[in-house]
Amino acid sequence: MEYLVIVKRDCETCQMVAPVLADLQNVSTLTLYSQDDTTFPEATGGALDDTSLEESWRHNVEIVPTLIRIENGRETTRTEGWDRADWVRVTGINALGENLPVFRPGCGSKSVEPGMPERLALKFGNMHFESRAIEVDEMDDPAEVAYDRGWTDGLPVIPATDLRIARMLAGTTRKPDEIIGDIPPNLIPCTVEKAAINAVMAGCRPEYFPVVLAAVDAVLKPEFSMHGLLATLWFSGPVIIVNGPVAKRIGMNSQGNALGQGNRANATIGRALQLIIRNVGGGRPQEIDRSILGNPGKYTFCFAEDESDPDWVPLNLARGHAAGTSTVTLFHGDGVQGVADQKSRDPESLARSLALALWSVCHPKLAQWSHAILVLSPDHYAIFREGGWGRAEIEAGIWQALKRPGHEIVEGAGGVEEGIDHARADEMIDKFHPGGLLVVRAGGVGGLFSAIIGGWTAHRRNEDVQIVSQEIGT
Amino acid sequence: MIPKGYLMRDPTAETAAVQRERLTPPADLSGATIGLLSISKERSAEFLDYVEERLTGRGLNVLRFEKPTHTKPAPESVLQEIIERCDVVVEGLAD
Repeated sequence: MEYLVIVKRDCETCQMVAPVLADLQNVSTLTLYSQDDTTFPEATGGALDDTSLEESWRHNVEIVPTLIRIENGRETTRTEGWDRADWVRVTGINALGENLPVFRPGCGSKSVEPGMPERLALKFGNMHFESRAIEVDEMDDPAEVAYDRGWTDGLPVIPATDLRIARMLAGTTRKPDEIIGDIPPNLIPCTVEKAAINAVMAGCRPEYFPVVLAAVDAVLKPEFSMHGLLATLWFSGPVIIVNGPVAKRIGMNSQGNALGQGNRANATIGRALQLIIRNVGGGRPQEIDRSILGNPGKYTFCFAEDESDPDWVPLNLARGHAAGTSTVTLFHGDGVQGVADQKSRDPESLARSLALALWSVCHPKLAQWSHAILVLSPDHYAIFREGGWGRAEIEAGIWQALKRPGHEIVEGAGGVEEGIDHARADEMIDKFHPGGLLVVRAGGVGGLFSAIIGGWTAHRRNEDVQIVSQEIGT
Repeated sequence: MIPKGYLMRDPTAETAAVQRERLTPPADLSGATIGLLSISKERSAEFLDYVEERLTGRGLNVLRFEKPTHTKPAPESVLQEIIERCDVVVEGLAD
């Protein structure tokens, strides 16, 4: 009988089974590999060298020791760790390891340490990428080459080496050659591999990648109108709101400074989406991106909703997703406008106060021109909650408080020519289209402040341009 | 062939060339300011004097620049000044 065994010295179970291996060697053909030290096991006179881990990878070894029975050159069965009965089953030798404990778990194979499977697949397997390789001369700096080639948003990028791309692709079950869709403005088909390259460059960890892919899926929905958002003269760019268990799992920030810098997931997921649009779609500022001023969120704008209060209905549930689902919601948003209200102590006053501030979105005398996100801070939310208001009451209360007599905001009223049409002077005017105000909870404690993220002026055509949500896959 | 350098994958739609393309030279120099950059090698000044004479003789604007040594790339300040003030540049060798 012929056996193949893979061990490492740095494993107490491997050390324990060394005498068993010596016995096996005496009665059969044993091919023994060590992952870390070829002088181990001493009882067998050492082992063959698998410090490259090629044999471990080819035999798909996850645990050491692994005992594989080979008949006619092919594996017929295997066992992992030390389970005496199973070793007896594989070898048919009843006396094997009689003086050893019945069972000892093995140790992790070095070939499955984090990042190693991808490294080994690249080295020994047939993994290859379709995207062309750009050679950087050894005298050049890859980060500078990326700048020179126009691949960055102005900040440095992580060079997309094959190993980094392989690791990013390990973050999803989607196949590298799957076409996600046509990326505007140039409508270029984008593969999962291309998205992975840009996610690497943005600084994403592999576990963020399904969120990036969901965001790309979302912006490609026709009703989101990503092309127009990219090309607009207005300030807006895609804003990603993440809901559900994924946010905690990948360490997103929904607390203090949630809309600001400092959290890798928040920062890089939004950036990856923008780099895909820039690099794959060809959407560049002062070219197809015609924004007059832009906004800093066009580098990246991604945050998670604070779902820590079980009484709060998260945004994705309010938008029809099932509880426990992880989603991205994509909004066409501008920068952040702060709202201070340190005197309201009841929900009615606070709703009226926030409504006053929300009228400034786009222009205080324009209505139904752009949507908005209201990011409720914990301290403002506490006033609503103590008053017995949840999401439904907050949305309804603010909606009601947002109604304004048309004559106050028609063209020319107040000595300002901008304004709504005179024909609406006798109406009560809603600031937003139905569904055009998203209320989201985020932020840290200590300030009676909330934030408004104004929306795109194309929201005035609310059937053509819609906020979209997308479940995050694997 | 195993390249000696560092390989990274292209994040774009790959509609651009593998090699960077040179900027297209202007079709017409009228009104352009031409920078003459001496690399500070022997006799590069004399060479560029002659080029300047030819260009100004055609009614073109010429500005002169010099990098401190031909053994090193031009300092960023020199390049920035050329970019700021000129439309095209001629980098002068000599010997």
